[in-house]
Amino acid sequence: MSESAVTAAPARRSVSLRVQKVADVVIRSIVPVVLALVAGGIVLLALGRHPLGFYGNIWTGGVQGSAWQDSAIRMAPFLLIAAGLTLIFRANIWNLGYNGQFLLSAAVVSGYGPRLVEHVPLWLAFVLLFLAAGAVGALWTLVPAVLKAWYGTNEIITTLMMSFIGIDIASLLIKGPFHDPTTPLPQTAVVPLEKMLPPIPGTRIHVGLLVAVAAILVVHFVLTRTSWGLRLQIMGANPRAARHFGIDLKRLIVVSFLGSGCLVGLAACADIMGLWGYIRTGWDPAYGDTIIPFVFLARLNALAVIPFIAFFAVLSTGGDLAAQQANLPTDFIYVLVGLILLFMTVIEYLGRQRSLGTSYLPPGLRQALRGPRGFFRKKAAA
Amino acid sequence: MILASQVWTQIFWTSVIAGGLLAGLPLMFTALGETISERAGVLNIGLEGMMLCGAYCGFLGAYYGGNQWIGYLAGIAAGALASLVMVVLCVWLGLDQIVVGIAITLAGEGITSVLYQTRFSGSQPRLGNVATAPIPLLDRIPLIGKAVNGQTPLFSQPLVVYLGLAFAIGLTWVFRRTNVGLNLRAAGEKPEALDAAGVSVVATRSYAVLATGALAGLGGAYLAIAGTGGFQPFLTQGQGYMAIVIAMLARGRPLAVVAFSLMFGIALSLSTLLQIAGINLSTEIVNMLPFAAIIVALIVFARRAYLPPALALPYVRGAR
Amino acid sequence: MRAPFRLVAGRRAPPRLSTVSNHTHESVTPLVELAGITKAFPGVLANDNIDLTLRAGAVHCLLGENGAGKSTLIGILSGLTQPDEGTIRIDGAVTTISSPRRALDRGIGTVHQHSTLIPALTVLENLMLGDTRRLRLDDAGARERLRELAAQLGIEVDPDAKAVDLALGHQQQVEIVKALWRGSRVLILDEPTSMLTPQGVAELAKVLKRLTAQGQAVIFITHKLHEALTLGDEVSILRQGRIVGRIDNEAMRTKPAEELRAEIVRTMFGDEPAEVAEVAELQEEIVEAKAPRRARPDADVVLEVRGLSAPGDGTERGIEEVSLELREGEILGVAGVDGNGQRALAEAIAGQRRATHGDVLLFGGSVVRLPVTARQKLGLRYVTDDRLGEGIVGGLPVGLNLFLKRVGDRPFWRHGRMQRGLIDARAAELVREYDVRTPSLSTRVAALSGGNIQKVLLARELSFEPKVVVFHKPTYGLDVKTTATVRDLIRDLAAGGGAALVISTDLDELLEIGDRVAVLSRGRVAGLVPNEPGAAERVGELMVGDTAVEAA
Repeated sequence: MSESAVTAAPARRSVSLRVQKVADVVIRSIVPVVLALVAGGIVLLALGRHPLGFYGNIWTGGVQGSAWQDSAIRMAPFLLIAAGLTLIFRANIWNLGYNGQFLLSAAVVSGYGPRLVEHVPLWLAFVLLFLAAGAVGALWTLVPAVLKAWYGTNEIITTLMMSFIGIDIASLLIKGPFHDPTTPLPQTAVVPLEKMLPPIPGTRIHVGLLVAVAAILVVHFVLTRTSWGLRLQIMGANPRAARHFGIDLKRLIVVSFLGSGCLVGLAACADIMGLWGYIRTGWDPAYGDTIIPFVFLARLNALAVIPFIAFFAVLSTGGDLAAQQANLPTDFIYVLVGLILLFMTVIEYLGRQRSLGTSYLPPGLRQALRGPRGFFRKKAAA
Repeated sequence: MILASQVWTQIFWTSVIAGGLLAGLPLMFTALGETISERAGVLNIGLEGMMLCGAYCGFLGAYYGGNQWIGYLAGIAAGALASLVMVVLCVWLGLDQIVVGIAITLAGEGITSVLYQTRFSGSQPRLGNVATAPIPLLDRIPLIGKAVNGQTPLFSQPLVVYLGLAFAIGLTWVFRRTNVGLNLRAAGEKPEALDAAGVSVVATRSYAVLATGALAGLGGAYLAIAGTGGFQPFLTQGQGYMAIVIAMLARGRPLAVVAFSLMFGIALSLSTLLQIAGINLSTEIVNMLPFAAIIVALIVFARRAYLPPALALPYVRGAR
Repeated sequence: MRAPFRLVAGRRAPPRLSTVSNHTHESVTPLVELAGITKAFPGVLANDNIDLTLRAGAVHCLLGENGAGKSTLIGILSGLTQPDEGTIRIDGAVTTISSPRRALDRGIGTVHQHSTLIPALTVLENLMLGDTRRLRLDDAGARERLRELAAQLGIEVDPDAKAVDLALGHQQQVEIVKALWRGSRVLILDEPTSMLTPQGVAELAKVLKRLTAQGQAVIFITHKLHEALTLGDEVSILRQGRIVGRIDNEAMRTKPAEELRAEIVRTMFGDEPAEVAEVAELQEEIVEAKAPRRARPDADVVLEVRGLSAPGDGTERGIEEVSLELREGEILGVAGVDGNGQRALAEAIAGQRRATHGDVLLFGGSVVRLPVTARQKLGLRYVTDDRLGEGIVGGLPVGLNLFLKRVGDRPFWRHGRMQRGLIDARAAELVREYDVRTPSLSTRVAALSGGNIQKVLLARELSFEPKVVVFHKPTYGLDVKTTATVRDLIRDLAAGGGAALVISTDLDELLEIGDRVAVLSRGRVAGLVPNEPGAAERVGELMVGDTAVEAA
């Protein structure tokens, strides 16, 4: 290898290399989905339903006519949650407490929203509500964040526990201080339609989607172009090296956790103030559970996740209709999504065998699981 | 009056322990399974899904078979089958254990929910009470042994409870005094050493994960059969994750798993107990308590939670 | 009369193995025969048509520099890899060794360079590992066997001690017992002396003698010439994957050591005196003839460590009350067997580990409370020995890795934004300057060879106005040419007004480039020796003080 090899490779080689890379990305992203749909179809057959009819209904319910707008509306909370997850997973931190963060923020927004929009100029109300939701989401990550940063406590467990607690607290709040006094039902007061997030002109889609897209772009920019984002990636890839380089891990962990929680909170605000207008106990859409696979499919790239989320939004919206028509519970979506994840890991394996490029996960992803000693000091593993 | 308060106290405390056993047993089986896995170096996040598969198939087995034992066997088989996915993808192919675990949980939740609802949503069948097996002499002890107010007496539990406790003791012996146990520990501490000693790391871990799935399936089956007497979608409500916490806190010691499972079982069955004691708390607070207890336990203890060094690392011979 | 050659500590080598034992126990039929063994990895031919014969009762040494293919060959013998071509014969019959288990079955036991003992288990448990014939652990039987083997080898072993608590020398002895546990007749040792004190080496030599006396065949690999001559009965010289020379038993016994050495050097490196000069560890005459460099005693003290104490981390020991002074233009070596606190010292100086007592002063100012980045800004640099685990982020490109200690600094980041163009330009310059062989700047740095990764590390640490640099094992595992380059870089640093603290287990290296050598033993400075004739012996004596290395 001569020294001149360091300078740019000849042009022809770079073109075919790029085509190969694009093909590689396509294969690793699309094939798992296709395989999962096929496998899902087999499950449908086993249950005595028509797979083609089912998938056709997904198209009808998700895209056709003006249904695409419903899908787009669903994209708003999805994208914000995806932004939050991409950020934290890049840091090799498993924030699995998004459900609790989401519901708690939603409860707060639903509790204060109806009153706020009556007493304060609408635009200000929206800003305040978004801020509040973000703050609540972030706050709910504080305990797991500090435990991990200072003691290396496994965050999978702490975030999950906080999530379960958060869901119960949200329930309490809805039944208690935020309860709508005019109804015996356990829910909050409904925000009147004209006081909810306004639609993008010419559509039914509320401007929450714009907030979501902006958030995704910001996250992408921060991760790929800023020094903070680079430090985050270093910590995610190799925490020992991060320490060696003098990166302040504790602060980085806490801030990234808070950022992730904040984005999830924003998702809640967009959903409540844009779509639902109120919240009742027992409602747990658990968006995050089904978004995780797509965050991985996009290889933790905030830009690439957008088309995947769009796909899932269609799947989710159309899937509701299709499940109804086929007399199936809507939980069937979980099966599809679980299958997508499984096929994705298999494709990853095959891809690795033929060295089609780097894996979708930062190499140091497993290290976070070890205890305090393991996080900062890797035993000679190999 | 005095007699009444004495009876009240006795009922309360036996109910505490009995209730704790009942609610804690699914946790115990699952956590013991997770202990085996973690000792061997595999972190199993898919426990929730495996428990649910076990619960549903256990319910099916007991319902159609008319017998709790058929249910338990069905649950074991279902859990083992679900864990087979992890064996193939994680142990054999070396793919990421967390991602696959999440996938198993999602798919498990979805499939059991769909299957149950398509078949039973109209009828919501319940299973009968599970036969209990009294310990011959102990159940004659007055006050503690006898059934009071319909609550299961302390020394007369379903047979599977005794089996579970015996299994925990047996597992301790296996870890410390058998070759199997040594191999497991080596696989988790330093798989290269095990490989150099000529034992297949892949085989060791495969058996460990299958055992975990079987035990989680058994735990789920017990929950459906003896615990709630039926199946509901998402029946486990996070107990799979609780089992992971218990396994981590117990640091690989089966008897500690039993102790922690009992504690968390008591926390889980708190609402019934509080009713007996005449204390009224809203359902949400009662539901929250076990998880809050875990957070507190983690804050206090988790600094010392011990995880084997090779946990969650796939093993490839000669790799860097 | 000068000692003809020396061990690490300069002790006179033990007398040649008694010719008697070799004569009587050496057998005629070879125990293991390798013929035409070839093994290729992507991009490199590790073993090229190698023939090798091992006889019972003889110690065969495989000598070659790092990267010559020794580890691959050993891997083939111990079942970790399969040869692409060639045959293996054991007792004359052709066999395959398809896995470590097969190797054990065929009577081949291996002691690897890096410990395969499981730290948390006891010695006995480590030894019992792998017996799948029965369910229960045969505790009593194992104890008996251990007693037997220990007596055979002439060593003492505590069966119930946890492996992590043993000194490195003892650990190696346990590993030898483990290799012989199933009745192996061939013992493979991979770089056995790299972690040993001189006394430990002597003990190892005794053990090997007893083994060969009992008819074992032993093969060990090393890159240290004097070791080959001391411990081996026969020597095969490996270079770039091929056996380029052999010295048989006869020659080893009869020819004088000087002649053997010269012959080996010639075989390994050709006749060029210049090439010979590059080989650091063979430079005995050159080293002792060179006037030792000495920093001007009146130069400023740039780095001072005062009574510094820092904790260990479980497997390695910490430091206690360490005091050192480094002056401008000086190269200070820190010698000692691995695990005596070297890492704690390096990290405490760099700021990665918090000190419990004492002070670190940079240019007279206390920095002990400052974080890593602040110390870097003052001109302190740290080249870690853990290149892959700590030094680089494997998945990031080569170009970016050169700047990972300056994330956020101007001009490469402005207001937090990365200035790609500037980074690429400067990276290209650095890659040229430090001769880093890489397909492109955007290649994943983990794809580079070990030597080139080290060059990336050095480029990173030495290119942005370094003033005081701590080097930890800077030439470990590198081939001869890169080693020389690295040592030149260190010398240039010192000559240019900087100062270097070189922590290394390679005493020859420290004596070649250092002005003074401090000896770290059990976490303390056992002594400070100026680099003058006789320094090696002094250092050896100081090092020998640490017979038992106990974990912190």
